[in-house]
Amino acid sequence: MNSAPALHLSGDLCVAGRVLCQALDLHCQARAWTALLGPSGIGKSTLARLICGLPCPAHLGGGITADDGVSLQGRTTLMAQTDQLLPWADVLANVTIGARLRGTRPDRARARQLLEQVGLAEFAHRRPATLSGGQRQRVALARTLMEDHSIVVMDEPFSALDAATRATMQDLAARMLQGRTVILITHDPLEAARMASRAFLLGPDGARPVDVPQTPTPRGVSDPATLDAQAALYRRLMAQGQTA
Amino acid sequence: MNSILHAALALIFALTLWQGIVWGTGVPHFILPGPARVGAALLDNAALLVRQAGFTLSNLAMGLTAGITLGILSALNLAMSRSARLFLRPLMVFAQAVPIFALAPIVTLWLGYGAPSKIVMVALVTYFPITSAFFDGLMRLPPGLDDLTRQMQARPWHRLLLVQLPHALPALGSGLRLAAVQAPFAVIIAEWVGASRGLGHLMLLSNGRGQVDLMFAALFVLAAISLCLFQATDRIARRWDRDR
Repeated sequence: MNSAPALHLSGDLCVAGRVLCQALDLHCQARAWTALLGPSGIGKSTLARLICGLPCPAHLGGGITADDGVSLQGRTTLMAQTDQLLPWADVLANVTIGARLRGTRPDRARARQLLEQVGLAEFAHRRPATLSGGQRQRVALARTLMEDHSIVVMDEPFSALDAATRATMQDLAARMLQGRTVILITHDPLEAARMASRAFLLGPDGARPVDVPQTPTPRGVSDPATLDAQAALYRRLMAQGQTA
Repeated sequence: MNSILHAALALIFALTLWQGIVWGTGVPHFILPGPARVGAALLDNAALLVRQAGFTLSNLAMGLTAGITLGILSALNLAMSRSARLFLRPLMVFAQAVPIFALAPIVTLWLGYGAPSKIVMVALVTYFPITSAFFDGLMRLPPGLDDLTRQMQARPWHRLLLVQLPHALPALGSGLRLAAVQAPFAVIIAEWVGASRGLGHLMLLSNGRGQVDLMFAALFVLAAISLCLFQATDRIARRWDRDR
């Protein structure tokens, strides 16, 4: 992995001539987690797709740049809400799919090591259908790490999990993605309060920074500072909901 | 085991009903022979029936092999080549609008009364459902999997073999099921239009000679072949269905 850059997103986010989100000016710190919150339809997932270079009808006026001046192409991995696992392939084959799709030799030893780190060593030859939602997202996490890109975009990857599994997955992801630039798109104030070094609330008139504790992440689920930040975030989201 | 028992009971019931109608209405045996008469005709003409069925079956098998092979190759070609899609798709849609069975006299005119006209008819009839079902399956990749292959910068052929093809197997299965239903029709119609051997030829011949019991016997052999063909296809297709 090359050293992870900081990202800068700027300009109006437009879809078919309509402005979703005006005058964005987002700085995503290098090697840290930046959370993006906001109401549905404001273009959070669209931003995720733009950062990852995936086709979408939207356009960001000022573009997305990395502070090392190198193009983002081939340096990003998206972890989506759906795990995108191949149902016909076993866990190990799913984790190594990237190399195989590029026609190179997959590093199976590294894949097994990653599976062990996400706690799925003995599931290497199981099909995704036989795994729980949390286990499937662990496979997706191992596959993301296998790609070894310095920028990881997470689009609500844990939103379908139950509260306890989600907290465990957050701890695991924080540990495993250390040293990478992570952009976390989330609806969950607690997730932002636990995971993010910086957080932004997206609205029609741009992105406003919101306060999160400046302590190391992941922060404890019952840590008073985390809970205060969560409460403050809830108030901001609800205030925004009333004016919308 | 239970389902076999049920099928046997249904068969016995149908045969009893049939014999009952023959006895009850006193219909002459050259209009509707009873099951006992047909059974006797089956046994008396066993060698003849096996010989004629062998011809029909071998044409069916060769036609199916050709239709399936060409169908699969065409679908793969269409999926991989944009220019093939632009030029061949309209042609294929047009070809599908032509009732293939109506081509039987022309095919017989060109290829004669022997095996080739039968093989070509079966191949023509099976080619289109297989091509169109398999092609649709190849092209309708779920958005999540499409994103995955883009993220991993998959090479087109690797994408085809590792993601599109396994995803399209259930669709190919549907195409094969359709082909298995249509193929026996095609071979019989080709034999009706002009043949010197085969079950269809035997049916026409025995009808002309007033050997209605033999005609029914040939019909039963044909029904048995169709049923076995469909069951075999369904067994393969079901294994693919489970993978999803």
